[in-house]
Amino acid sequence: MNYLYCAFIELLAKYNFPEGLALIIFPLLPFCIVAIGLLVMVLFLVLAERKILGFVTQRKGPNRVGYWGLLQTVADAFKLLCKENITPSGADKFLFTLAPVIAFIPVMLVWGILPYNAEFNLMSTPANLIFYIFLAFMPVLGIFLGGFASNSKYSIIGCVRAIAQAISYELPIAFSLLGVVVLSSSLNLSQITLSQYSVYGPAKWFIIPSFIGFVVVFISVIAELNRCPFDLPEAESELVAGYSTEYSGMRFALFYITEYSMMFANAAFIVVLFLGGYLSPFGGYLSNILWGDSITANILVYFEQTFWFLFKTFIILFLFILIRATYPRLQSHKLLKLSWTILLPLSIVNLFICMLIKFIGGAAG
Amino acid sequence: MMKGWSGMSKMKLNLGPQHPSTHGVLRLILDVDGEKILGCEPVIGYLHRGMEKMAEGMTYLQYLPTVDRVDYVSGFFNSFAYVSAVEKLLKIEVPERASIIRVLLMELNRIASHLLWLGTYLLDLGAVSPFFYTFRERELILNYFEKISGQRLMYNYFVFGGVRQDIEYIEEIRPIITTVVEKLEDYEKLLTDNPIFISRTKNVGILERGEALAYSITGPNLRASNSHLDFRTQSGLYKNFEYKIAKAEDGDCYSRYKVRLEEIRESANIINQAVDLLLCKPGDVNIGLNPVNITPEAGEAYADVETPRGLTTCCVKSDGSANPYRVKWRTGSFYAVQILPKLLIGNMISDIMSIYGSLDVMLPEVDR
Repeated sequence: MNYLYCAFIELLAKYNFPEGLALIIFPLLPFCIVAIGLLVMVLFLVLAERKILGFVTQRKGPNRVGYWGLLQTVADAFKLLCKENITPSGADKFLFTLAPVIAFIPVMLVWGILPYNAEFNLMSTPANLIFYIFLAFMPVLGIFLGGFASNSKYSIIGCVRAIAQAISYELPIAFSLLGVVVLSSSLNLSQITLSQYSVYGPAKWFIIPSFIGFVVVFISVIAELNRCPFDLPEAESELVAGYSTEYSGMRFALFYITEYSMMFANAAFIVVLFLGGYLSPFGGYLSNILWGDSITANILVYFEQTFWFLFKTFIILFLFILIRATYPRLQSHKLLKLSWTILLPLSIVNLFICMLIKFIGGAAG
Repeated sequence: MMKGWSGMSKMKLNLGPQHPSTHGVLRLILDVDGEKILGCEPVIGYLHRGMEKMAEGMTYLQYLPTVDRVDYVSGFFNSFAYVSAVEKLLKIEVPERASIIRVLLMELNRIASHLLWLGTYLLDLGAVSPFFYTFRERELILNYFEKISGQRLMYNYFVFGGVRQDIEYIEEIRPIITTVVEKLEDYEKLLTDNPIFISRTKNVGILERGEALAYSITGPNLRASNSHLDFRTQSGLYKNFEYKIAKAEDGDCYSRYKVRLEEIRESANIINQAVDLLLCKPGDVNIGLNPVNITPEAGEAYADVETPRGLTTCCVKSDGSANPYRVKWRTGSFYAVQILPKLLIGNMISDIMSIYGSLDVMLPEVDR
């Protein structure tokens, strides 16, 4: 990080900026990088989903705007910006406008928590895992408020479903995370990542001791994201568009961006907890071969770590999209039953397994 | 307001007429308590085009192209019902080759119709991909129809006393059928053992045999409720063909799915036999009747046909003039809508689409 800081000051000095400016700008820079970089990534995630769905269903997907359809989502977003924001009569205007914002703000914060590489971790507070769980729950409040304030029956059914779903799926996630916390003895995401390090690559990733936890979190996260097969709050064939039925224009776009950025954040979250985060699956082996001990090695290693982090995240996202392409939607009461009768007991079993492994490991070590 | 078991007060939910999964314009007025359905009242008539009244101002020939629109995804069947009714009035016989061609085209149409149903049903259940898969195979059949009749949905191919012209490109039928049957196995792999699909459809919307008969349900919906009733067996048209009647016992949505898939296979079977017959039996395909201004004697004739959605009958009454005095249609979907309240009450909102979709209701057929 010092290396980067010096490079930045040199760059500013070259163009005759005062050194004080660098002091102010430098700490803000990573936040801007994350916010802009990930919003762009969300735009392409939407495109990737449509392309993959198209591939699965033997279509081409969007291919008109830009080369290979690359600008399709940009065009869609621009269209939504130009649209009229309609507030239905009888809706609570204040809450109706506030709801998408409430859903969107936590998403930006969530991105700051994730450790993208060993240095690039914007909010590395000691217990940021708890903070993450808290923030990841917040968009549902936005959805609930939005559905409730719309004064539409479809929206109300959708938002009630969203709340019921979120409550039932928070518990299995929390219990499975406890397993990881026990294994790593830490509530900090960077620490959790580091405790999965071994020279043999994936040997100590938490997916191995807590495989049940991985499966439970994977399923629950899909449910919490309201994605197919758990997309009941916005089931378009039953509830028209669920909680977002009455939303249009930029407010709808905010909900839409929220959904996809949470999808990215939660996939990254799974990677951090179970798949070794930014750690390379080849241990230190590959980076030694590629750049050894050269002067730039330090900064290149960070890029390598970020690459592995994004690579693993995209694999998880790809699985999310494939699942969406394959399965029909569950019924709402069976969805809750799945959570309370199968996932919750499984996650508790997982917690005990993790405790046992930690106990045996501790006794041996 | 009354407080229900779930703590939410009862509310009236107006589903439709512009709802994404009613496939047309059906309106359901639902009484719901939370997610539970307490009452249901289907309202129809949003797609009423006055097809029966319209006939009275047209000649017999003028009315012929419009009957395809009674149910636009199985046009040949409606055409057949009307054409046979008028043939009975005119007391003319259809050449054998024409009959075989009619059977062939109707069975192809049945497959196309069932494929459409399968895709949209899965779309209603929330699965996006099967829609594209079934449309891909349906496309093969529609392309063939386009080749022989010039139209993809409204064929206007049957005429009084036969079919418009001899069928062409017979050799193309077999590859289409082989592909469809092959792909059918893919669908089964994707769906038949899919736990979510089973949980959405098994033991949902159970229709008992007695109830189904009392409500005049026909077609695959009835045969899924442990009944053998298939009007193909009672018409002379199918006497040269061997086929099994697809049937299932449970009467739930899953059985209806099974029956339709099985029917696609049986139709493929019939089509293969029909192709064989067509290849070895050349002959006339119509009796060369000039259909303009035909005036049947006063009287009444009735014809029925087993469509993909049940029994469709057409009753034509003539007063000896150039226009039909009265045309009456009876369609399977109309009766399937009638049974909706019976099946829906007591179920959840998310079951509406699995039940309604499984009945394969085609709204233009309901309203005519």
